[in-house]
Amino acid sequence: MSPEGPDLGKKKDPGEEPAAEGDTKLAQAESGDDRTRETISQILRSDHPAVVTVLAVICAMIVGAILIVVSDDATRSAAKYFTAAPGDTLTTGWDAVKNAYVALFEGAIYNPNGGQLLSPISETLVYATPLILAGLSVTLAFRAGLFNIGAQGQILMSAALAGYIGFAWDLPAGIHIIVAIIGGIIGGAIWAALAGALKAKTGAHEVITTIMLNYVAVFFINWLLTQTWFQAPPYQQAVSRPVDGNAQFWHLFGSGLRVNFSFVLAIAATVFVWWLLKYGTFGFRIRAVGSNQDAARTAGMSVAATYIGVMVIVGALCGLAGASQVLGEANNYHITASVDGGVGFTAITVALLGRGTSWGTFAAGLLFGALTAGSGQLQASTPTPPDLVQVLQALVVIFIAAPGLIRLIFRLRRSKSAGSAVLAKGWNG
Amino acid sequence: MKLELRGITKMFGSFTANDHIDLVVEPGQIHALLGENGAGKSTLMNVLYGLYEPTEGEIVVDGEAQKFNGPGDAMRAGIGMVHQHFMLVPVLSVAENVMLGDEYTRSAGMLDQKKARDVVSRLSKDYHLEVNPDVLVEDLPVGIQQRVEILKALARHAKVLILDEPTAVLTPQETDHLMDVMRSLKADGTSIVFISHKLREVRAIADTITVIRRGKVVGQAEPTASPAELAAMMVGRPVQLKVDKEPADAGEVVLGIDGLSVTAPTGQVLVDDVSLDVRGGEIYAIAGVQGNGQSELTEAIVGLIEPSAGRITLEGADVTDETTDKILGRGVGYVPEDRMHDGLVGGFSIAENLVLDTYDEAPFGNAISLNLSAISRNASERIDEFDVRTQSAESAASTLSGGNQQKVVLAREMSRPLRLLVVSQPTRGVDVGSQEFVHKRIVEERDRGTAVLLVSTELDEVIALADRVGVMYGGKIIGELPPTATAEEFGLLMAGQISDTKESA
Repeated sequence: MSPEGPDLGKKKDPGEEPAAEGDTKLAQAESGDDRTRETISQILRSDHPAVVTVLAVICAMIVGAILIVVSDDATRSAAKYFTAAPGDTLTTGWDAVKNAYVALFEGAIYNPNGGQLLSPISETLVYATPLILAGLSVTLAFRAGLFNIGAQGQILMSAALAGYIGFAWDLPAGIHIIVAIIGGIIGGAIWAALAGALKAKTGAHEVITTIMLNYVAVFFINWLLTQTWFQAPPYQQAVSRPVDGNAQFWHLFGSGLRVNFSFVLAIAATVFVWWLLKYGTFGFRIRAVGSNQDAARTAGMSVAATYIGVMVIVGALCGLAGASQVLGEANNYHITASVDGGVGFTAITVALLGRGTSWGTFAAGLLFGALTAGSGQLQASTPTPPDLVQVLQALVVIFIAAPGLIRLIFRLRRSKSAGSAVLAKGWNG
Repeated sequence: MKLELRGITKMFGSFTANDHIDLVVEPGQIHALLGENGAGKSTLMNVLYGLYEPTEGEIVVDGEAQKFNGPGDAMRAGIGMVHQHFMLVPVLSVAENVMLGDEYTRSAGMLDQKKARDVVSRLSKDYHLEVNPDVLVEDLPVGIQQRVEILKALARHAKVLILDEPTAVLTPQETDHLMDVMRSLKADGTSIVFISHKLREVRAIADTITVIRRGKVVGQAEPTASPAELAAMMVGRPVQLKVDKEPADAGEVVLGIDGLSVTAPTGQVLVDDVSLDVRGGEIYAIAGVQGNGQSELTEAIVGLIEPSAGRITLEGADVTDETTDKILGRGVGYVPEDRMHDGLVGGFSIAENLVLDTYDEAPFGNAISLNLSAISRNASERIDEFDVRTQSAESAASTLSGGNQQKVVLAREMSRPLRLLVVSQPTRGVDVGSQEFVHKRIVEERDRGTAVLLVSTELDEVIALADRVGVMYGGKIIGELPPTATAEEFGLLMAGQISDTKESA
């Protein structure tokens, strides 16, 4: 079979290997610093979540390689005379895979052939920022036993409010951006708290309510974009007025690179969620309610108050994501109906990949940000369709969702601490 | 059928659950398997039933070595099992449940319901297991559901029947009936492996007793052995079976319940006009068969469910409408009857479970953050004090055996100053060694002046611990008896025979 060659060769591919390695290190660092080398080698042979995650990424890339080969015109024409000259098929297939993954790497991390040195990394961080923030939001909801499908709506509402404050209010530099961010946080928090309150007071399932609130948010934005006090003159496009300069995130490394201060907020949010789940009193309540609400109630915790409280934080995190979208360069400082950039749904994937931990979500957000950043280069320099990136993201999740499959492929030993259990439970709502 | 287990070893990682266990079950024998919780009885039976593959050793049936890849193989070899937690489909009828997994079919794959009904009727008659084959399982009381499980095994021609803690859910009368059934099965040549930790029952019914401790067979015993001897074998040291306690020195009324009723959303009255007082320094026990409103009564006391009528007072203060958090804060300890469901968060570590209701109070935390070192210090102290057997305080509560889980709940509830302790089924699924400990702690708590409300379906426990006993039936306290009353008197009250109570009470 023709793809075999590229598959085996792919592991040596200089382009993608460092990305996967980096991910491994991040994930391992999280699993504990003080562990001895021996425990690490034990972990590598077990079905530790970090190991399974990395292997799932590798598996996804292997399947992705097959798809690249199959979709490559040159390889397909070479395959027509495969029996006569099998080498041609293998070479063209190998080239297609190599070029695609090299392009992804160049677009996301480092491009030796020009452009500004840090530009790819900057792009990765720009795309990663809202994914990390919204991913953390889904992760936190997850830990409370809630499945937040409403990141999209929460991002839209917060972007609308942050953006409105950004263009309509006239405040001094420094204050303006802070007020706009707070506006975003409030917008997202209220939108998510609605679903939390419905769940707590009436038992309405959060999956249903958050999806429905997404629709409400989308059409609310559509309506806003028809209002003269909101829409940009000359009122022909569904675009809001632009955010005032005082309310724009400042660039971290000069205006040449798009990465801005919102990435620092993403790091801070990650630390916050990590702290909350490990040291926070409310985090303890979140985790208790999330894993056994009967026992939590018996111990005197208020399940309803926990649901509402966690949704406020969940919405606030999405609020930061919305603020980063509209107050950063990602959407050219405008509110549009697609200002969420699809982040709301990708965030669910990011959270799944992050396995319910804050730093796992951070790493997953970086990975997906890198893939998105790389897809531009992929489109520019190879015939491989950029949709490959979405396919890769989906494949990663499929492999993650089926840890048994990874165990089978790599003959990992099943450990008692099944990290996947949390995952499976989350899906069942 | 002669069943032999030869040198069965089962390891989970580095943990040896069964260590070279030999067991011979002769045809027509009732062989009791006695051991503490976590001793490896259930693991051994799961190996025998094909659910676990033994690390070493073999299962020999009538002289032939067998290899079971699943319960299907075990069933075909003539082994049937009645699990502690029933494996029945509630919405199917008795006959459908009996044929489930081994459906009788007519041509074209049609289910043969008539044959299933006939099988059930025939077996019911042969073994005094009266059940209506057409009733839905969900409409049956627990005792009858157990009969369905036994019928299921018999319908598959089980020659060896494993009964895993079968009496845990039964009333004394139902237990007597089960013993009759076991005798008639035995007369018919069926061997029975009877797993239990209740010494009285084991001595009453078993032909031979194998005692397991920490995964090893520690010896065989005759049913004539004294309870103290058996208990000592199980635990590995002499055990005090009687609870040592002085007469109660009852003080002021701590818990007052006045005309309390609880109504289900469906309109069913679960607790019906219950009034009682529990004084400081006494143990008031509520005896009764499970499902007669005891759970709802305790849940109403701690504010988990709202009573439809009546008043609850705690040291004179009306707490009827207070939240659970407030009530617990008044010095109420609550040990729920279902540990895994209501008492513990399975995924949490033991340390976290030990502060499940005090995590936001000093020294474990404040409104903002937790004090992890205080939590872990508390964990090691409680683990020592309550002798919780665990590898580490960071192990998940779900990895503990039942007895140790109960110790964690008790350790949590009893480690703060209490005025009232509400404790439900304190020794359900708890081994003899731990039972002694649990009982001792409850009496100590009483002697400290705490009012104790004990709910138990175990008559022995009630008689051993209580200073006063109320029997609950159909949501009412239908009579109070002194703990010195006979089992017969209790049994009749528990079955709802009010007329007799008046004479005996």
